[in-house]
Order: sequence, then C-alpha cells, then structure tokens
Amino acid sequence: MKDKKHLSVSAIENGTVIDHIPAQNLFKVITILGLDKIPNQITFGTNLESKLLGKKAIVKIADKYFERDEINRIAIVAPHAKLNIIKNYEVAEKMLVEVPDQISGIVKCVNPKCITNAEDVTPKFKVVDKENVSLKCHYCEKITDQEHMQYL
Amino acid sequence: MKNKSLVSINDLSKEEIYSILDLAEEFEKSPNPKLMEGKVVATLFYEPSTRTRLSFESAVNRLGGRVIGFSEASTSSVSKGESLKDTILTVANYSDLIVMRHPIEGSARYASEVSPVPIINAGDGANQHPTQTLLDLYSIRKTQGKLDNLKIVMVGDLKYGRTVHSLLMAMSRFGASFTFISPDELKMPKEYKMYLDELGLKYEEHSELAPNIKDADIVYMTRVQRERFSDPMEYEKVKNAYILRNHMLEGTKENMKVLHPLPRVNEINTDVDTSPKAYYFTQALNGVYTRMAIMALILGLK
Repeated sequence: MKDKKHLSVSAIENGTVIDHIPAQNLFKVITILGLDKIPNQITFGTNLESKLLGKKAIVKIADKYFERDEINRIAIVAPHAKLNIIKNYEVAEKMLVEVPDQISGIVKCVNPKCITNAEDVTPKFKVVDKENVSLKCHYCEKITDQEHMQYL
Repeated sequence: MKNKSLVSINDLSKEEIYSILDLAEEFEKSPNPKLMEGKVVATLFYEPSTRTRLSFESAVNRLGGRVIGFSEASTSSVSKGESLKDTILTVANYSDLIVMRHPIEGSARYASEVSPVPIINAGDGANQHPTQTLLDLYSIRKTQGKLDNLKIVMVGDLKYGRTVHSLLMAMSRFGASFTFISPDELKMPKEYKMYLDELGLKYEEHSELAPNIKDADIVYMTRVQRERFSDPMEYEKVKNAYILRNHMLEGTKENMKVLHPLPRVNEINTDVDTSPKAYYFTQALNGVYTRMAIMALILGLK
C-alpha cells in the first residue's frame, strides 16, 4: 500500500497570521487586503471549528506585515479577527482589529441613487454602529448595514 | 459662513441659523440692496424646479447680481455625457457661487468638495434641501416670534418627505414637540423617532387630522402621493382624511399657522386660503429673503 501523501501547511518563518475570520467572509478579507494581487506565499484554511464563531477561517501570509490602518479595514467583515505577527517562527506580537471611525473605498453605498454609484466617486462612510457595523454615507447620508454590504 | 458651501441643514450651527434669519429680516424691510453688483450666480438645475429656481433667481436679482445657468439637464453638456465634476469645474470659472438642484443624492456634497466656489444645495434627490428648511424656520420665527418650544404638527407623507425630515432635525435643536399625522404606510421613519427619543423630545403619532391640530403652533402639510401606495385601495381610504378644510381651523390656537412647501394639490382646500392662519404663499415669499441672506453671507457681502 502506498504511503498517504500529506500536504502539510507549515508554520511561516516571518509574516502575519490572521485568525478568527468568519468562514463566510474569508474571500472578502482576501479582497479587502488585496491578497489576491500580491506575490507573497499565502495559505488559508476555512470552515475550521471555532468556539467563538462556529466556523472560522485562517490566513497565513509569508513575509508581509500590515499597517494598523490597513488591517482595520477588515474589521467591518471580521470584527473579532486576531493577528499574530510572526518573526523567526515565533509570535512576536498579537493584535486585535479595531473598527475604524471612518472607512473609504471598501464598501459600496446601498443607495442606488447615491452619487458614488452614479459617477467615479470613492465611497466614504462614517461608522455609526461599531458592534453590528453600520455605515452612514458621507455623500447621500443613507445607512448601509451589514446585511446589505457589497464590497468594491 | 463666508466661502462655505451649504449642503445640509446639519452643516449650520444654531448661531449661523440665527444670523441667516436676522439678515433675511433685514432684507424683508429693504428688499433691493445692490450688494451683489458685479457678482455672477450660476443656477444649475439638472431637474426642473420652478419655484426654487425662480426664488433663487429673484433673490439674485434683488441683490443686483446676475444669473447664468440651465433649468434642465437636456439643454446642457450633461446630455453629451459630461461628468458632474467637469461641469462644476467649468462653471466655477464663470461664476462666484453655484446653486445646484440634482436628482442624484449626495451630488451636492461631492460638488462642494470639487468646486473652487461655494455650492448651495437646492435639493439633491430625496436627501437634503437646506434652503427650504431655512425659509420654513424663517416663517416659523416670523409668525410665532420665536423658535423655541413650539408644537409642530406634520401631516401627510412623512416617510419620503425630505422637507419634514429636515425641519424635524432643525426644530429639534430648539426643543420642539411634534405630532405626526400620516397613513400607516407613510409614517415617520424609525430613525427620526429614535433621534427625538435620544434628545428627550416628545412626539405623538396619529392617523386622523382634525382632532389633532387643536394645540398646534404650526401645521406643516405635505402631499400624500398616490404612487407611494402599494395598494390603491389603501390610498382611496386615506386620501380624503388629509384634506385640511377651513372649518377644521375652528378652535385651533390664535397663533397657529398652516405651512406647506408647495406645490399643493388637494391637501389644503382652497377655502383655507382666505384664513388668516393660511401662510403658505407668504412662506414662499419668505424664501426669497432667506435665499438673499444665505447668498450674501456666503459671498461675504454682509
């Protein structure tokens, strides 16, 4: 009998591990952080058991560290995400994401009659509810809630 | 307010509101000051709005300024596909101030961000129409002698009516209490009631008109529009419930005034027109003085 071949996801030497991503939002996190456009080695797992979330996803990005502003952008889809900063195979630092006060260029305004959906205008929002994440459009002043959020 | 755009009533402080109303009062006493000589105002009306446009143009003329612009998008370069940004940047070269009515919500905020000259929002879709709110405030202060602690009754389409939403936001700063009268389908949206709750301001909701205007200082009428109803039968049930008739004004307060942003269809019977409590046509006249004041302050002429 042939030996079973295992594809093991090894620990990364340097980089970032993003844990506690809701499984259904994994690809939104990938899009928001632009991970689909960078050359770094990336591994992800999804539908993993999680006491906190039921099903979670995890992403490991080799040789990449994020700025605070950059990482907070994922807070609207993964408000409980935890980041482990890995240096030389060790967890050098742990970070939690924080929902920012304002966001720009991530989410579409829910209002089809908003200027951001009519012309080449970057959508900007004030975060009016950080817990359930709802956003007030800077332009048309309508609220986009999590249920209706579409990502750019 | 010098060089500031006016996009939303919420952009103004209480002091700025008072300074606009005080100056409007001054202009009402002396309606033709030539303060704006040599100034050009562009009125860009991407959708027709006869009253608002004429009111602004009258205000510019009374101030001695000149007006350029268009009154519907089909006669402008918009029909050739020009973006709002390009139109604003171009027209800003020809004018000192731009007054804009646009069907797209948020267009005025965006225009104010790209424009080198101030923008006055003359209505952006269902979003904001701050000069209407200011002329409503002017009319309320003029007829009641104050803005504080008044009882405002709002009638009709409270769900979609941007004028009632803006007036509610503005009057809530002055400690008003409110009565909302509307059919179930057109009730005041939850977020506005939550806003009043947060401020600790009182409001009541009713579906009948006549019994609920007795203690009002202001009755603010709006149109109930047939097309807002999913069920035409529901419209038939309520359409006559919101016609204000002269006999309903009996027993109301002496100081009570009936306001309406106009145009009226049938929600105020013409027999009300001769009542001293009918104020809607004077309210439209007040719009000219208020808009004169807004423009004079923004241009730094006062």
